[in-house]
Parts: sequence; structure tokens; C-alpha cells
Amino acid sequence: MEHEGFTWVSLIPFLKNLPPHVSNGIFVSVIVLIAALIGYVQLKKAGDDIVPAGKLTFRNFAELIVETLSNLVTTNMGPRGKEFTLLVGTLALFILFNNISALVPGFMPATSNVNTTFACSLTVFVMTHYYGVREHGIKYLKQFMGPLVWLAPIMIPIEVIGHLARPVSLGLRLFGNMFGDHMVTAMAIGFVPFIFPLTAWVLGCLVALVQTFVFMLLSMAYFAGAISHEEH
Amino acid sequence: MKRFLTVLMLLGIFLAVMYGIACAAGEAPAAGLDSSVKQMAALAAGLGLGIAAAGGGIGQGRGLAAALEGIARNPGASGKVLTPMLIGLAMIESLVIYSLVISFILIGKL
Repeated sequence: MEHEGFTWVSLIPFLKNLPPHVSNGIFVSVIVLIAALIGYVQLKKAGDDIVPAGKLTFRNFAELIVETLSNLVTTNMGPRGKEFTLLVGTLALFILFNNISALVPGFMPATSNVNTTFACSLTVFVMTHYYGVREHGIKYLKQFMGPLVWLAPIMIPIEVIGHLARPVSLGLRLFGNMFGDHMVTAMAIGFVPFIFPLTAWVLGCLVALVQTFVFMLLSMAYFAGAISHEEH
Repeated sequence: MKRFLTVLMLLGIFLAVMYGIACAAGEAPAAGLDSSVKQMAALAAGLGLGIAAAGGGIGQGRGLAAALEGIARNPGASGKVLTPMLIGLAMIESLVIYSLVISFILIGKL
């Protein structure tokens, strides 16, 4: 399953010895960091401007992205969503930029390797339990016992298996989509190199966006489930 | 506290990078399988994905048909119908993707 090819990142001397998905992931993260820094500097320079600029400047673009992410989080999680904007937004930007870098020839996307996607999904898994314990204390374990007390011996294994299936499904979904898409694009280029790969690239654009969106939505659903209070 | 967490995070990154370099340096060779096992593995890789794609296609087709009917009845709600439809399609597609991953693993063992 090793997809060894030429990557632009293998030209950088420091990152050549790392596995290809790690070096590409670092490269894309550095790009996102630089974009974030430029946005931050421009926001500080602008001060308290309420009226946005007329043209599409970098500041407008950055504000568009941040506002979209913030709206998504608060729409799905209610008024307490602001605490989770940082984690969910960071994950979404990381996954989005890595997915899109798959479309550029010469990059191997970090999310097309199991390690990266499982790192993201394990982060979400650990943070759901952290938020749950921070919110409810030790009574967080009561969620595993189900609605009625005498159902607990049946409910606990079911709930534990369900909880363990979450990071596996999150990571596998993202990995499978990205890896399969990369393979299909490579095969399409090898098969009929002229116009036919365009369909593979259009599919790649769509899949990149949709998979990021689905990952974000599921993470928010898990967070909301962890901090939810029982209402009768 | 913040400093401790920063030092811990940098240490973790350093260890991970060292582990990555060590892993990339030494790769273990894999042993080959029996010929009859390879035949069944090839058959399983192809047929399994075919069955998964059939089930996924039926499921997504039904979901898409319901969404399109909803949009046809009420064209103004197309934005609100489109978002859950995309989520549902991605959920159903993920089951097909699980089968695809198993097929990749089997092809790797051929």
C-alpha cells in the first residue's frame, strides 16, 4: 500500500528523512501558520474597523473563513459552542488544507495515511471525555448506564463499544476517502492522461470539502453529547 | 503550568520525530502467502467491494430521491435540505469506504 512518488517536500533538506506524510503534513501546517500570522497582523493593523473593505483583501478572506467556522460551531452546539470553536476550527483547517493539497500534483496529503487521521480522531475522543468529566464530574459515568438503573449491566458494554467505535469510524472514514481518492486520481492519470482525470479532480475537490465538514459535524455532535444535561 | 505544558508538548513532538526517523530508516521485509490463499484474497477484494458498492448505491439513491422530492415541493428550502442530505450521503458512503480499506489491505497482501 506504499505510494512512493516524487514530492516537492523531498527537496527540503531537513525533512527528507521523515516519512512522506509527516513531511507533507509539516509543510501544509507551516503554510496554514503563515496564513494565520498574516491574518493576525492585518487584524491588528485594522483596529476596530466595522465596515469591511470593498475589495477581496486577505483580511476579508480570513474573516470569511473564521466567521463560517464560528457560525457552524454555534449553530450546531448552541450557546456554549464558543469554547469549542478553537479545537474544532483548528482540526477543520488542518484537515481541509491537507485534503486540498492532495489535488496539487507533487504533494502526498498527510490525511491519506492512517496515522494522521487516527491522530485527529483520537484527539476528539480524548477531548470528549475530558469535556464530559470537566462538566459533570464523576457523574459523567452515569451516561454509560442508560436510562434505567437495572438496565446497567446490558447498557454498559453496548455504550463502551459504541464509544470505542467512534474514533475508529472517524479516522477510517477520513483515511479511506482521501486514500481512495488519491488512488483513483493516480489510476485515472495512468489510464487516459488527457481529459478523463478532470472528473477525478472535481470529485477530489468535492470529497475534500465534504469530508472536512462531516468530521467537524461528528466531532461537534460528540462534544454536545458529552456535555449535555439530562432534561425530562 | 502553561510552561510545563509547553515543555511537555515540545518533548512529545521531539520524541515523535525521532521515532519517525528511526522507523523510516529500517523497514522489515514481508513474507509471501500461499498461492491458494492469494487466489481467495484476490476474489474477496473484488467481490467484497462490489457488494458494498451495490448496497451503498441503493442506500444513497433512496436518500437522494427523498431530498430531491423535498426540494421539488419547496424550492426555497433547498439550502436547509442540502446540508443534512450531504451528511447522510457521507455517512452511508463511509460504510462503503470501510470495505474499500479492507480491499486495499487484501491487495497489499497479494
